[in-house]
Amino acid sequence: MKFTLSWLKEHLNTEANINEISEKLTAIGLEVEEIHNPADDLAPFIIAEVLEAGPHPDADKLQVLKVSTGSKTLQVVCGAPNARAGLKGAFAPSGSTIPSNGMKLRPTKIRGVESNGMMCSERELGLGEDHDGIIDLPADAPVGAKFSDYMDMDDPVIEIAITPNHQDALGIYGIARDLAAAGIGTLKSQNIIPVKGTFDSPQKVVLANPEACPTFAGRYIRNIKNGSSPEWLQKKLRALGMKPISALVDITNFLTYDMARPLHVFDADKLQGDIVVRLSKSGETLTALDDEEYTLDDGVCVITDDSGVIGLGGVMGGVSTGCQPETTNVFLEAAWFDPVTIAMAGRKLGIDSDARYRFERGVDPETMLPGIELATKLILDMCGGEPSDVIVAGDIPIISKNVTLRPGRVGHLGGVDVSEEEITKILSNLGFQVTKNGDKLDVMTPSWRCDIDGEADLVEEVLRIHGFEHIRSEPLPPSSRHISIGLNLMQKRVRSAKRTAAGRGLREAVTWAFLPSAQAELFAELKSELVLSNPISSDLDAMRPNLLPNLITAVGRNMDRGFKNVALFESGNQFANDTPEGQSLVLAGIRRGQDSAKHWNDTPKDVDAFTAKADAEAILRAVGAKIDNAQVVAEAPGWYHPGRSGAIRLGPKNILAWFGEIHPAICKSLDVKGPLVGFEILLENIPFPKAKSGNSRGRLEASDFQAVERDFAFVVDRNVAAADLIKAVRGADKKLTREVTLFDVYVGAGIDENQKSIAISVTLQPTDKTLTEEEIEQFSSKVIANVGKRTGGTLR
Amino acid sequence: MEDLQKLETDILKAITVLDNLAALEDLRVSEVGKKGRVSLLMRELGKMTPEEKKKFGPKLNGLKNTIIQAITDHKATLEAEELNRRLQSERVDITLPSPPENQGSIHPITQVMDEVTEIFTELGFSVAEGPEIEEDFYNFTALNIPPEHPARQMHDTFYFPENADGNRKLLRTHTSPVQIRTMMEGEPPYRIIVPGRTYRCDSDATHTPMFHQVESLVIDKDIHMGHLKWCIEEFCRKFFELDDVKIRFRPSYFPFTEPSAEVDIGCAFKDGEILIGEGDDWLEIMGCGMVNPRVLENVNLDPDVYQGFAFGMGLDRISMLKWGIPDLRDFFAADMRWLKHYGFAALDIPSLSTQNNNPGGRSQSNRGGSSSPTGDRPPINNNAGGK
Repeated sequence: MKFTLSWLKEHLNTEANINEISEKLTAIGLEVEEIHNPADDLAPFIIAEVLEAGPHPDADKLQVLKVSTGSKTLQVVCGAPNARAGLKGAFAPSGSTIPSNGMKLRPTKIRGVESNGMMCSERELGLGEDHDGIIDLPADAPVGAKFSDYMDMDDPVIEIAITPNHQDALGIYGIARDLAAAGIGTLKSQNIIPVKGTFDSPQKVVLANPEACPTFAGRYIRNIKNGSSPEWLQKKLRALGMKPISALVDITNFLTYDMARPLHVFDADKLQGDIVVRLSKSGETLTALDDEEYTLDDGVCVITDDSGVIGLGGVMGGVSTGCQPETTNVFLEAAWFDPVTIAMAGRKLGIDSDARYRFERGVDPETMLPGIELATKLILDMCGGEPSDVIVAGDIPIISKNVTLRPGRVGHLGGVDVSEEEITKILSNLGFQVTKNGDKLDVMTPSWRCDIDGEADLVEEVLRIHGFEHIRSEPLPPSSRHISIGLNLMQKRVRSAKRTAAGRGLREAVTWAFLPSAQAELFAELKSELVLSNPISSDLDAMRPNLLPNLITAVGRNMDRGFKNVALFESGNQFANDTPEGQSLVLAGIRRGQDSAKHWNDTPKDVDAFTAKADAEAILRAVGAKIDNAQVVAEAPGWYHPGRSGAIRLGPKNILAWFGEIHPAICKSLDVKGPLVGFEILLENIPFPKAKSGNSRGRLEASDFQAVERDFAFVVDRNVAAADLIKAVRGADKKLTREVTLFDVYVGAGIDENQKSIAISVTLQPTDKTLTEEEIEQFSSKVIANVGKRTGGTLR
Repeated sequence: MEDLQKLETDILKAITVLDNLAALEDLRVSEVGKKGRVSLLMRELGKMTPEEKKKFGPKLNGLKNTIIQAITDHKATLEAEELNRRLQSERVDITLPSPPENQGSIHPITQVMDEVTEIFTELGFSVAEGPEIEEDFYNFTALNIPPEHPARQMHDTFYFPENADGNRKLLRTHTSPVQIRTMMEGEPPYRIIVPGRTYRCDSDATHTPMFHQVESLVIDKDIHMGHLKWCIEEFCRKFFELDDVKIRFRPSYFPFTEPSAEVDIGCAFKDGEILIGEGDDWLEIMGCGMVNPRVLENVNLDPDVYQGFAFGMGLDRISMLKWGIPDLRDFFAADMRWLKHYGFAALDIPSLSTQNNNPGGRSQSNRGGSSSPTGDRPPINNNAGGK
């Protein structure tokens, strides 16, 4: 909402300066976004007189002027056809900047002739469109005076942000009322004298849907002449960035801004029959005043006549009954429309207008009659004509309501003590009617504050005028009941998982939660419930079913930037369906290239499925998963390489993680050069420790007897899983076995091509005496026997 | 026996000229070994008279001890020299680079969430979370934003297709639905913060379709706006690591709070940078207010018994402010260079015992040029309703 200081002062008697006003506006909730004084742009420009105008020796269309600025006489080369001796205009001296194009003037030569400064056109100064010639001021314009002073342009334009609860501040009068209540001056009373009608309105109005439009005031005015509005009005509108159009249009705009009262003027000669206000039927059309044709659904509040729809109530009028310069008879409309109906219609049709903006926030119904009277007066002043009586269809709705305020609530809710006297004064100044009722106040809300809903709203009104700066800062009291604080177990787990991944050399990324549906489909069947109706772009249309694809494409982007080794992870939600249960928290990582940079003393290793396995296991261990109890099986989803991937699981159903090489087809579809390896930790699947187990770690069982290490090499069939072999070794004598380490896998010469050799080191730890050679031999036999039984392996 | 003095002189001289341990050992054997010269002389003591024994015994013992001591000393010297020689020969070019360690990093969003969590844990809050795909009820209706409410226009909401019941799910536009879920699931009092991903259909230099917010909700019996002010002051002081912080409350409007305020923090705009805690300018950092009685009624709490406050702010935005990160869009690009520059070490976990590492100072915008988010729009989705 924009307004000028001078317009504000038409409603507010105040000595306050612009800074005081601006600070107070922000302090009472009308946040000042910008203050712009047009005079500031024009400060360097002065009124100058052309003393002589002679031809340019070297250019037909240019003249050489002698210009007086009062103190100096300067030579200026000018191309304007209207430049002539005796003309008084706006002079831009060297060093000044032309507002419209940002050009900085300096002394120059134009076709060999010196030129100092410039005589300006309206367009160059940003005052209008006229560029046919330079500004031609009246003969009595004082040479040497500031142009902005002469033009009376020292009038700051203030722009404030309007929150949806301040529909009253959509009119300058309402802003003045708020400022007056806050101690910035006094509100001038509005004295709108009704104009007496001289005949009955020949135009009738029927309200067919009182919910959408409960009341409609109209007045017929005949024999008017719709010319330009006077300069005072044009200047007001221009200052707010509006283009003056005609007296009738300018008057409605004036009322919209002055008293937040939208009006409409019909060309009465174009109306056919009665005006009927009703809801639209699907398929009806209207060409609105923005020259767009709209096809309506059911339920839009429309103004109609015998020809059909002629306007969108409270939103925009139609072309067919609009006023033109030749219009002579008009029908003036001031109505009240239901905010919800207007909001829904405006949104559906996508029309933003000053009328809609106000009606959907709630126009003061009590401005209907004053609005029509003031508009009548202005029309008669500017266009002449003869008014009918005002007709009013329907009943003006009563918006005011009674709200009870316990004065103590201001302190109890607002944290600032305000006396009952002060509360009463503030509310009264804002237009509320306050009546004492025992220890409570009965507060009748004004017709311009439809937002006031209950006691809390009144507390806010008192607080904002009293001043939010008075709210006393007070430490939070202890909770009235014991509550848990900090992170829960799951949140703590996420933190540990992320920090462990980062500690392993992966960089945390945060990527979009959406991705192209074609990419989503590589990881899950595309569900329509997970595809956005209004994506920001077509390649961000599906919710991610998996964290990997965005990470994989991120790897590709980094490769394009020249990174050979990339290691990324992300922790976040992925979506299996649109329910809260379908959202699951996962930490996924992707690596590509080698596990380290080149080094003089170390050979970097290509990342492989085991790099990803190590990542997965380390993270699982860090978050407390009992990974020693978990199984690793070669069963991973289809986006992994079928022979180089696995699942870490507790039992057949509970998958803790997947890891492995990413399927080459996935890399190809996502246009990233592999091989890539990755892992996914399904954070929500990891069981929490049992609460009853407590914090005790139990006693350390450290034996004083010497441990013994024995190595074995077994030849087994190629398809025997190492894990099964280790399990067989471990199972041979659980009591003695402390550690089993697999340290070599060999395939090749000396071994049958369907077999492999696996070397294992076992640490035996006796607990009651030192082992004898014989006992160690017995142990070895048990190991060999069990391996043979479980895997078919033989000692190599 | 008269030559004992000369013998000692000769042997000691012989020791000092030796330059290796083997020769020294040979000498030891030949002089004081079992069959060494001095040992043989001592053997002769047996043949002597008691007087002679008395005379030569101590002298011979003294000679033996002196020689053993001299050998020991010289051995130590030779060993030290040998060690030095070995160490010299083992010299490496210590300026050669050590084996590379692949450093990982933590994203600023995680870091800021962890910092915020620490600060509010100290103030007695717990952390709540909720679904990102939400129902209209939780995201709007229960928060006192009915379908026709003008506030809904402030939310550029991402919608999913209408389902069989005629409802459309949406991506939550703020973390506030978690307020509703929390209040519907458990008994008051509540003291929670809700960090999380939020979504709005908006994309330009200062808006991304996905961003992060942290929400706070405190509901108890006597909570007022002064407590809200204190909480925000405490948070800003700790988060921006300032002893003193200027906070300004401005009346504003959110459907779910009444009274409502926007919070500005004192700052200076200098050379394109924002310096929090200095100067006379103001920067909007969050929206807040007392929970609207309508919202309490919607979750079946009696507004005459329970009341409290809520506030919300952009996590991306406050991390940009704190660490001088210029562009929001880079947060989500997963560019290794950015992650390395703005990321945090794995073990750089914010904790209460390491807060305030910048005592008395202003927030450190030392990670590069922090561009000031000037212009018509706030830099991050922080518009009304954006709590």
